[in-house]
Amino acid sequence: MRDSTEAKPLLMKMLGDRTAVIVLSAILFIAIAVPVLNQLPERSALHVPTYAVSLFGKYLCFALLALSVDLIWGYCGILSLGHGAFFALGGYAMGMHLMRQIGDRGVYGNPILPDFMVFLNWQELPWYWYGFDNFFFTILMVMLVPGLMAFVFGWFAFRSRVTGVYLSIITQAMTYAFLLAFFRNDMGFGGNNGLTDFKDLLGLDLRSGGVRNGLFVASALALGAGYVICRLVTGSRLGKVLIAVRDAESRARFLGYRVEHFKLFVFTLSGVLAGIAGALYVPQVGIINPGEFSPINSIEIVIWVAVGGRGYLHGAILGAIAVNLAKSYFTVSFPEIWLFFLGGLFVASTLFLPRGVVGLVRARVAQPAAPAEPEDPEAATASAGSPK
Amino acid sequence: MTETLEEIARIERPESGEPEDRRIRTAAGTILYLDGVSVSFDGFKALNNLALILEPGEMRAIIGPNGAGKTTMMDVITGKTKPDSGDVLFDGSIDLTQYDEAGIANLGIGRKFQKPTVFESQTVFDNLLLALAQDRGAFAMLFARAGAAEEARIAELLEITRLTAMREVLAANLSHGQKQWLEIGMLLAQDPQVLLVDEPAAGMTDAETAETARLLREIARSRSVVVVEHDMDFVRDLDVRVTVLHEGSVLAEGSLDEVSAQERVVEVYLGR
Repeated sequence: MRDSTEAKPLLMKMLGDRTAVIVLSAILFIAIAVPVLNQLPERSALHVPTYAVSLFGKYLCFALLALSVDLIWGYCGILSLGHGAFFALGGYAMGMHLMRQIGDRGVYGNPILPDFMVFLNWQELPWYWYGFDNFFFTILMVMLVPGLMAFVFGWFAFRSRVTGVYLSIITQAMTYAFLLAFFRNDMGFGGNNGLTDFKDLLGLDLRSGGVRNGLFVASALALGAGYVICRLVTGSRLGKVLIAVRDAESRARFLGYRVEHFKLFVFTLSGVLAGIAGALYVPQVGIINPGEFSPINSIEIVIWVAVGGRGYLHGAILGAIAVNLAKSYFTVSFPEIWLFFLGGLFVASTLFLPRGVVGLVRARVAQPAAPAEPEDPEAATASAGSPK
Repeated sequence: MTETLEEIARIERPESGEPEDRRIRTAAGTILYLDGVSVSFDGFKALNNLALILEPGEMRAIIGPNGAGKTTMMDVITGKTKPDSGDVLFDGSIDLTQYDEAGIANLGIGRKFQKPTVFESQTVFDNLLLALAQDRGAFAMLFARAGAAEEARIAELLEITRLTAMREVLAANLSHGQKQWLEIGMLLAQDPQVLLVDEPAAGMTDAETAETARLLREIARSRSVVVVEHDMDFVRDLDVRVTVLHEGSVLAEGSLDEVSAQERVVEVYLGR
């Protein structure tokens, strides 16, 4: 009997998968270590300042976002250049909750209306703001709104068989349309300024170290859970169909697979993951504005994945964290060259690292042994499928 | 209910059908029935009033010069192209023009492309696993578990296509001929009633061509097969009824010797 990964129960599958064990242990380690180091006295060399906890938390949100893009791009060949939109929608949902939490502590002291609505002379809360004072309703919306958006967009795009460059272009157009819409004041989402000035979450002060650490741990857990979900999906037989669609869409169709259903499933799942990432990001940076919908942001996500290694889930995580660490460093030390560096990075990784950093390392390690081990679904994915 | 039964009876006993049911009557008992099929692209008639009937269990070779409409005919049968007019019936009564590619594949019509098309970054085993007849819904696939029956069926297919030793090899690393056989194996895994095969011998060595002919004859024992082919030696090897297409319609039909004796056929195709 073949040692099929399909046949194993969930837990065994994860434990038997070395890469997954390493990735999950690393996430768990970070989730514990960073908050612990934050508790050390400030004069200690290992002390992690609270602002850095939030900075790292932001990277973890980006890693989850990169994971969501890798799921569709790396495994199903759908290059979305508008995934920032789903991230931002999740972020706005959380932002709306945080706005409602301000209560009468705003500048205008209105217990119901956020400041920007008072400023615009609005008399009552728009209907779509109802329910966002409830935390659990917000959590639901954080997943539902981006998921539904991804579903509707995917429904039309995949049913019309829009693929490749054309799909990438309309995803760009989608996020740009959101950008323009959210800039408008009468949309009721704070226009240009977006949502900010948040005070607390679940009754706890957002600026306190405890909440900061809590958000960091939540981000790490979300990343871990997102990784497990992506791993299960890509390791299932559905994952094999996704790769089949990526490599030979018409073959899959003539075998009897409704390709658009599979794309729609994975695109919607990806939208939900991106939305969760956005919701965790907003309380840690303290603001959400239409700038998050900007097409540049979405392109940057693709660069993280390309640099880390498209088609490897851990590659996406590594790429997001590494590129953002570099971004934090460059934008402080050499702000004028950051964009050149980012552009150069993308060109270089396309030219020299077609499978990203992870792909390069894997190729080096695998050199002595000739064929790729077929037991590992990721190795099988990596060695042949050329990027489309 | 009674109406449906009557209809079935009519299909099964063609002679009892009324005149207005001529279409159903003549289609009864056939596995594939094309009549008056026309397709045009920007004014160019790719298919022009094409008629073709395939009996269950029959193997048919389709020949014709470039642009004769061979591939378009396959596109029409498999749902890739919708005909402008005409009937395309499967199993005597199912109107194929109402289905999409996936629907037609699930009805039991398999198609092999001219260029071998397999899932290159997956193993031979996984290629066959994906091709196996099964519930192909997204959620069914998400929770699918490999069973002993599937293992056995795949082992059998590996044997038929002589790929047993290549089971865990990535499809990308197969030779051209092996890829062709894998694709034929995948069609078999689908367990179709009709197989459409586009130029299976293109780019093959003589030994591979002979092997492919053997494979197709074996398949045709239990299924209907339509083979589009340019290679005359290969068609002779198959030793089946031949349909000659020219400018989108049927020019001649019969054994290879019969059709190659016809002057028109020689003129447009064989003799240049």
